[in-house]
Amino acid sequence: MIGKFRRAAEAAGAEVLEARTPEAALATLARILKEEGVGAGGRTAVWPAGPLRQRFHPEILAQMLPGLVLEVTREAAAAAHVGVTEFEWGAAATGTLVQDASAVAQRLASTLPPVHVALLPAGAIVADIGAALRRFDPARAAFLALVTGPSRTADIERVLTIGVHGPRRLVIVLYGQEAGHA
Amino acid sequence: MPEELRELVRRALAHPHLSAALTRFSEDYRMSRARAYKGIDFEALRERIAARKAAAAEHLEELAARFAAAASARGAHVVRLDAPGDVHDYILRVARRRGARLVVKAKSMATEEIHLNAALAHAGIEVKETDLGEWIVQLARQRPSHMVLPAIHLTRADVARLFSRETGQTLEAEIPQLVRVAREQLREKFLRADIGITGANIAVAETGSLVLCTNEGNARLVSTLPPVHIAVVGLEKLVERFEDIEPILAALPRSATAQQITSYVSILTGPAEAAGGGPKEMHIILYGHRRAAMAADPVFREALQCIRCASCLNVCPVYRLVGGHVFGRVYTGAIGTVLTAWTEGWEASRGLEQLCIQCGACRDACPARIDLPELILEVRRRAAHAVTPPLAGRAAFVLIGNRRAFHAALRAAALAQKPFTEGPYLRHLPLFFTEAGKNRRLPALAAEPFRDRFPRIGQPRSARRVALFAGCLIDFVYPEIGEAIVRILNRAGLEVLFPEAQTCCGAPARFSGAPEAALANIRDNVEALPGDGAEAVVSACPTCTVALQSDAARVAQECGDAALAGRAARLAEKVVDFSTFVHRLAAEGSLRLPSGADLPAVTYHDSCHLKRTLHAAQPPRELLQSCGYALREMQESDVCCGMGGSYSLKMPEVSAAMLARKLRMIAATEAAGVAVDCPGCLMQIRGGCAAAGAPTRVRHTAEWLASLLGPAH
Ligand code: SF4
Repeated sequence: MIGKFRRAAEAAGAEVLEARTPEAALATLARILKEEGVGAGGRTAVWPAGPLRQRFHPEILAQMLPGLVLEVTREAAAAAHVGVTEFEWGAAATGTLVQDASAVAQRLASTLPPVHVALLPAGAIVADIGAALRRFDPARAAFLALVTGPSRTADIERVLTIGVHGPRRLVIVLYGQEAGHA
Repeated sequence: MPEELRELVRRALAHPHLSAALTRFSEDYRMSRARAYKGIDFEALRERIAARKAAAAEHLEELAARFAAAASARGAHVVRLDAPGDVHDYILRVARRRGARLVVKAKSMATEEIHLNAALAHAGIEVKETDLGEWIVQLARQRPSHMVLPAIHLTRADVARLFSRETGQTLEAEIPQLVRVAREQLREKFLRADIGITGANIAVAETGSLVLCTNEGNARLVSTLPPVHIAVVGLEKLVERFEDIEPILAALPRSATAQQITSYVSILTGPAEAAGGGPKEMHIILYGHRRAAMAADPVFREALQCIRCASCLNVCPVYRLVGGHVFGRVYTGAIGTVLTAWTEGWEASRGLEQLCIQCGACRDACPARIDLPELILEVRRRAAHAVTPPLAGRAAFVLIGNRRAFHAALRAAALAQKPFTEGPYLRHLPLFFTEAGKNRRLPALAAEPFRDRFPRIGQPRSARRVALFAGCLIDFVYPEIGEAIVRILNRAGLEVLFPEAQTCCGAPARFSGAPEAALANIRDNVEALPGDGAEAVVSACPTCTVALQSDAARVAQECGDAALAGRAARLAEKVVDFSTFVHRLAAEGSLRLPSGADLPAVTYHDSCHLKRTLHAAQPPRELLQSCGYALREMQESDVCCGMGGSYSLKMPEVSAAMLARKLRMIAATEAAGVAVDCPGCLMQIRGGCAAAGAPTRVRHTAEWLASLLGPAH
């Protein structure tokens, strides 16, 4: 399932990294932020609350991820270079990330910065979008967000161009064990 | 067709790059769409979509009420409005209350339909389209020319000019840079906007959910950043259940842009948290306008199944020549022709329905399984009723409807043209007598029609008999095709009958919106056929085959003659196209065709009706190959040659452009011959080759086969 998800996500223009444990995921995230220059020259990243973030004490986060802002306002997200968000489900067939984004911070962090890092438990990958949608009750989720690859357009001469309004780079970090392997 | 439309067609065809760009796109699209649907049962998928959407179309108001109840319960303000002006007023009221100065919009066809931008601008509110293509078109002060790719008619140089004017900088025609400029320019608008307006791709009645698909991510920003979100949703977007999203989501991106899924799909159920905290102010306008009337119309209700994927534009051989500024208004292409007639009235759309060549490519591609060609014919019929047809046209159809008079006239015409038979080729025969045929050189009618030649061909007595339905073209223009058919059937030991009272199949009258004449044709043919003891009625013209096989009973039914419809349906069971029938004879061992040595290579052109209505693309190919002809497939063998019956007379420029392309494809195969199963295509392609001085031999499959049987006795 992971292999299928990875192939589909990469075909859609996303990068997929794997981390065995939550700690390894954090280390991977730190590497990406550094690569993107976050923490230097006033470059920031935003990461709204999510299960992975909650596992770590804010001081550890501050130490490992310099430049990270945890208070995700509209202004902070608009100023950030990287947005980190946590997704609930992945759809293998299309490489799609699925998230209840009713909390506005999730949407701000995943739409405004030019780089988006999506964290997803490897055990949460299901067959396809239909299977993922069946795990949500729309009456409880005001905004379901499905994300597949970076923002793209082909509106000028049909030439594919990445990063028009949303992120130009999407990195997916899969962490933990695939379902059925634990 | 109104002269203005004709002029637009001419200008579009003369445009330096429009046709080339659109044609390249449609070529790519065919291939990438096929890739996107790989491993998916398209027929099953569209069956599901059609079923769900058809069910919704039957209960539009009920679903609208359920949607309103569900979305209101979640905290959205939902209104059901009809008049475009009421939608304007509603939105302006919200805007005034919020003191709004700037509105950002994501792509929405419904707001284009009601010309919302103009109304907002008139009220002093700045409106920014944020979909890149829409923004480009807005800056160009034009309207979108394609439902999914609004600016497909513009080049990067055009865009650079527009952006330079907008930003006051001098920008190079470099796409990544232009996209960056758009991001910067619009980002600031997103952050400053007071109201965001979107449409929706799907609206779910049971949950009150809206589904928004974009690749750019602009709908996410439009619905998230401003404190107010207004969604203008056409009633046709309603489906009943949340799970109905699935098949639509599987088909829409694949059909629209050949993607598995769009980059972003957002499902909004009631207001989510606003960017400044607290719930957002969300308004949903369920917009009806003429949709309720369409839903009440037994024929046009089907058009409400549309999911706006635009594949009916992408596969249309006419759209790719003239583009959406000619072929459509707000909605473009095949579905645009139908919707424009409803949303803007018969007057506004008059002529659009004439652009359709009835090739059926859109019907095959439509993921909502809408019979678009049939709906366009219905537009034609109703438009013909709305405007009194010119007298000459009507008189001609009276003539075509009267078999004796019609055949007498054809014989007279054949005599009259004697001195100059070498002239260009006759188009769809009966139309020769309508106004469309005026000012044309006389066609090459055969000196002796097939019906006069047939009695001289001695027929064997046989227990197996088949009736030959010749159709006007074989009867009066290409009797040699008729002779070839008879020889092949005789070779199989069959006795051929030619019931003399047969007449035109009725298709020309039907396609021209003259059902009375078609009905007269059907009556004559039902009387005449199948003939004494015939097991089958064989036709070597796919248009005639379809007319007899499926249209005759329907036309009779529609004209209220149930008895005739019943007889036509019984006749239909015996009707079969030539290649399918002969292939069957060969397969059952009744016919052994000789195989020749050193035969020329041929390429095969698929006639629209044979391929897409009769689904018989393989039999002629297999027959030709089994006889030893090497088959060299041309590119896009199933794209219409531009004949389309009277189309080539009514729209000569479009027809000629389609033919020119077909001839290029044929030439590229370097085959010595072209095989076709339709005498109409044969006339078009043979005429084209003759005019181009190409030595290519263009013959009916029956002729290629019969030529191996040795000289006729
Ligand atoms: S009519 Fe069919 S093919 Fe055309 S836009 Fe609608 S769904 Fe797509």
